Amino acid sequence: MLDIGLQHYLALSAVLFSIGLFGALSRRSAVAILMAVEIMFNAVNIAMIAFSRFVTPTLLTGQVFAIFIVTVAAAEVALGLAIVISLYRARESVDAGEANLMKG
Amino acid sequence: MEVGVGIAFWGLAALSVFSALFVVFLRNIFRAALLLVLSFLSVAGLYVLLQAEFLAAVQVLIYAGAISILIVFAIMLTGDVRQGNPAIRHQWPVFALALAVLGAILFAIFKTSWKVSSEAPIENSTVGIADALFNRFVLPFEVASVLLLAAILGAIILVRERE
Repeated sequence: MLDIGLQHYLALSAVLFSIGLFGALSRRSAVAILMAVEIMFNAVNIAMIAFSRFVTPTLLTGQVFAIFIVTVAAAEVALGLAIVISLYRARESVDAGEANLMKG
Repeated sequence: MEVGVGIAFWGLAALSVFSALFVVFLRNIFRAALLLVLSFLSVAGLYVLLQAEFLAAVQVLIYAGAISILIVFAIMLTGDVRQGNPAIRHQWPVFALALAVLGAILFAIFKTSWKVSSEAPIENSTVGIADALFNRFVLPFEVASVLLLAAILGAIILVRERE
């Protein structure tokens, strides 16, 4: 129970990922969806670093990958929030269900 | 030592999972953003347990610092606090999907026999990360800087006031 191994970290990562998935699919506000996506990014990073720590402890490839994920997440959240703000200017709402300009 | 690591893991894991649940379920979106910071900080603690000190510092600086500040700004600029954090009408299919995904991943995790290495991890990982980033992964590193530049320009153009 107190002997923590790879599977503990992977299970925690899976739980966080599912919480983020549920949040990203069930919220209406675009900002809340972005917050849930950030939780999912965090879950993936935990799995990546746990693999790096337990499977290849002498290589740091997993940690380098996690750094790139953080970079992409930062770019994603900056652009996502810019889109949210311009959506709010155009429609006075950040409800993802009402953003249907490109609906056929 | 091992027992302390175990207790720290369970404490931090519970903290991150519960704060993530609050982020998803709280009605007040501003409080949800504050609990998101708590979730980020507990994940930083988990990185310390995994002996990734540099990534723990990056997590605190970029996630708990920069990204959460951006999210709070977006909440304030869009008047989201008044609208709260409403859910879609039919939540149960989404809940079932998330549970199914969780079950599938957990099944895969516990059915696979992982080749866990017994070697001791690198003592000072920051030096090793710098070496890897600037030698072996120098091309992705430069591409990431171009990506960040494109993201900055895109964000400026998207939120610029039209004349």
